[in-house]
Amino acid sequence: MDRVQRILRDLESADRGSSTLPEALCAACAAALPVTGVGLALMSKRGPEGLVAASDGLAKTMEDLQFDLGEGPCVDASSGGRPVLHPELRETGGPRWPAFAPAALQAGIEAVFAFPLQVGAIRLGVLDLYRDVPGTLSPQVFRDALAFSDAATRVLLYLQGQMPVDGALHPDLLLPQHDRPEVHQATGMIAVQAAVGLAEALLLLRARAFSDGRGIVAVARDVVSGNLRFHPDSEQK
Amino acid sequence: MSGIIEPSTPHERPSTMVTQQRLLQAFVELADTLVADFDVIDFLHTLAATSVELLDADAAGLMLADQRGELHLLAASSEETRTLELFELQHHQGPCLDAYHQGVAVVNVDLDTAEQRWPAFGPAVRAGNFSTVHAIPMRLRDEVIGAMNLFLVRLGKLSEGDIELSQGLADIATIGLLQERAVQQQQVLAEQLQGALNSRVVIEQAKGMLAAHHDVAVPDAFAAMRTYARRTGRPLSNVAIEIIDGTLDQEQLRPS
Repeated sequence: MDRVQRILRDLESADRGSSTLPEALCAACAAALPVTGVGLALMSKRGPEGLVAASDGLAKTMEDLQFDLGEGPCVDASSGGRPVLHPELRETGGPRWPAFAPAALQAGIEAVFAFPLQVGAIRLGVLDLYRDVPGTLSPQVFRDALAFSDAATRVLLYLQGQMPVDGALHPDLLLPQHDRPEVHQATGMIAVQAAVGLAEALLLLRARAFSDGRGIVAVARDVVSGNLRFHPDSEQK
Repeated sequence: MSGIIEPSTPHERPSTMVTQQRLLQAFVELADTLVADFDVIDFLHTLAATSVELLDADAAGLMLADQRGELHLLAASSEETRTLELFELQHHQGPCLDAYHQGVAVVNVDLDTAEQRWPAFGPAVRAGNFSTVHAIPMRLRDEVIGAMNLFLVRLGKLSEGDIELSQGLADIATIGLLQERAVQQQQVLAEQLQGALNSRVVIEQAKGMLAAHHDVAVPDAFAAMRTYARRTGRPLSNVAIEIIDGTLDQEQLRPS
């Protein structure tokens, strides 16, 4: 089982109380990594769409600032499709975010690490980690943060589908992830064939694999080779 | 097992002079793509094709390690499923993973050796009708960021000069990936590598959309995307994004 699956499985078995899945994920990330807090924001092409979860008050403040100001590490991470790492916000933040940086520093945030939650062009959100002291993430911590971002990506993808926020994990969330060209190509093809967005196309592909009891790569190959076609809004047969 | 087929007899390979001339030309072409509006994935596809040509191979791929140390295919000279499989298998084992972990070239590996060393990868090489495999590390100073992989249908051996050439090509791939100069900062390196991996996924999704739109095979859709990007002087990733968000009229990208 890979690290991402382990994170998701731990979330499933933990007693989450009244907290939502994204809230539990932020709390688990903040507890597992040497950071002060973690926030999870929804993003679209237009910019921040709102806070999904925050591990503490300052994390919430950090997300609110970016939402209000329309700038900050999560905005850049989402638009650039890459992590934005500022271990010394006091040194590097000002020129980049003239409004966000002073406000964040004022609030007590000294280091920010923003990880985009994306599958190619499917932009779901950003996982923001912050620290109240400056300092870089070690390579090991960086890897762990990426694993938490992958887990968060998968959770958000399913939240976009109809999975209830506080319900049980969708069973195929726990399937191993596949980052293979055929899967992404098939996602694009299904989006056109079924006239849906890429996020929904990826869910259709995964759902089909799950219901057929086959691997997602095998189903993706059938799509790419033309042996399996999806259609708009009808029963997929 | 050796000695059954004589690899690379002189008349099969271009003369050294021609190779050097072609090499120079290739470097100029590659350098040309390194200027403004540079698209890293497009560049790496060109490099994979150039490597196949210059090193007399049949397939080439460039694999990049993510921060977890897993290798991902960024660009390949062929979209053939069996070839893609060979790259994907190397998440877990194979010459690329060895070249990546050890930071040294793994070259001239024949089928028997491959099957002994990598029980899952070796048989897939045979099934793909390849006879020889090479892997060259992509290095940035003392850090290895990935590996270049070459497959040959015939039994072939890289000479010392070929190994230097292939290392030169792998080095160019590294330079292309890390086009910003500030890579002495660990976090900039990490940002760029993750960005390149995501950029590749965007291009795969766009290939699929274009293929479904025109009802053609994925490689044809990709060729049309690249041709359009070249013709209009735009980065491949931008073209991909515009295909996905619908701002580009897909009739302009009709595969020939």
